[in-house]
Amino acid sequence: MYPVKYHKATSIADAVAALSAGDDATILAGGQTLLATMKQHLADPSDLVDIRSIDGMAGVSAAGNVLTIGAATTHADVAGNADVQKLCPALAELASHIGDPAVRNMGTIGGSIANNDPAADYPAAMLALNATIVTNTREVAADDFFDGLFGTALDDGEIITAVKVTAPSKAAYAKFAQQASLFALVGVFVADGAGGVRVAVTGAGEDGVFRQSGMEAALASGWSEAALDGVAASEDGLMSDLHGSADYRAHLIGVMAKRAVAAA
Amino acid sequence: MTTINMTVNGKAVSGDVPDQTLLSEFLRENLRLTGTHVGCDTSQCGACVVHINGKPVKSCSTLAASLDGADVKTIEGVSNGELHPMQQAFNDNHGLQCGFCTPGMIMTSIDMVERYKAAGKDLTSDAIRAELEGNICRCTGYHNIVKSIEDAAAKM
Repeated sequence: MYPVKYHKATSIADAVAALSAGDDATILAGGQTLLATMKQHLADPSDLVDIRSIDGMAGVSAAGNVLTIGAATTHADVAGNADVQKLCPALAELASHIGDPAVRNMGTIGGSIANNDPAADYPAAMLALNATIVTNTREVAADDFFDGLFGTALDDGEIITAVKVTAPSKAAYAKFAQQASLFALVGVFVADGAGGVRVAVTGAGEDGVFRQSGMEAALASGWSEAALDGVAASEDGLMSDLHGSADYRAHLIGVMAKRAVAAA
Repeated sequence: MTTINMTVNGKAVSGDVPDQTLLSEFLRENLRLTGTHVGCDTSQCGACVVHINGKPVKSCSTLAASLDGADVKTIEGVSNGELHPMQQAFNDNHGLQCGFCTPGMIMTSIDMVERYKAAGKDLTSDAIRAELEGNICRCTGYHNIVKSIEDAAAKM
């Protein structure tokens, strides 16, 4: 790994100062993508600003039917949290299948969302659940947050502090995992909640996570697998790579959407 | 450079390390605890799994500098005079061939059994296989690893 300077931030202000002081400083949370990327020399930040020790950055709280999940909460802690299991079991289930157990003990929800990997699981959940991404400066709707491959609405020096999720009446996530990486070859999150009926797809889009409006309309008029029978996912704009062609991914979107609807 | 202090296998240790030092490097090169293996360098194989504050993590994907004050347990720390039941079970059931992945398998498996017991959940062979998603073995085909863990689970 190239040399890097490590900072353990003690407050948001401390983190913001360290981020602006470095030539090319970046935020470190669980590091389960960032450190692997740095080891392969695909990332070379000058400084790492570790935000995990900042008060209030990790943990889950529930107020009424709204969950607030701290950005530095690990996947294992989201999966095992009683409030998440009660108010949004689909999200707990999703978190319990990210990567492997060791990765889930380190990787964080904020890191996953900030990275916006086109095959990551959490972005699909955020979009389908109409979640709110809370940063040190503002609140952003998930619809306005994810912006193409690895792109987000975050400004320089902006730090995700939490996500807010309103309990849906129904939700489920179905993932067809790429067997070596355990990322989604195709993952579909379906939800009927505060944002209406939503279907979000990860792993498939050339521009990252997206909503499948045809399926949303079909499910809004009747929540059943059969409602999706006539809705073919287009292969336009889908990824083709060694793991699967665009038409295969399009087929999988239909299969995974039905599985998710059945499980919700 | 960062000065780090941590507890490793019950002993207080410290060191001055470059900030980019991975925990796996600190354990192997500074502390000479070479039981923690580095198999892949892509964060996928799990040979380097150790326990940090009681939880299994990949030591190749964690910065030593971030672990000031942490309590770390490596494969060298699991036996208590005699082999840990999980080590004995891998021995009894031929749960390894070349043995390179075994330290990570053992560290993952000990946590797996303890976690399932604490939750009162049944550790089925399917559950064992799912829990081993992050530990890759190129020799055994996993059958004897699963048998080893089932054997140890009955004794732990």
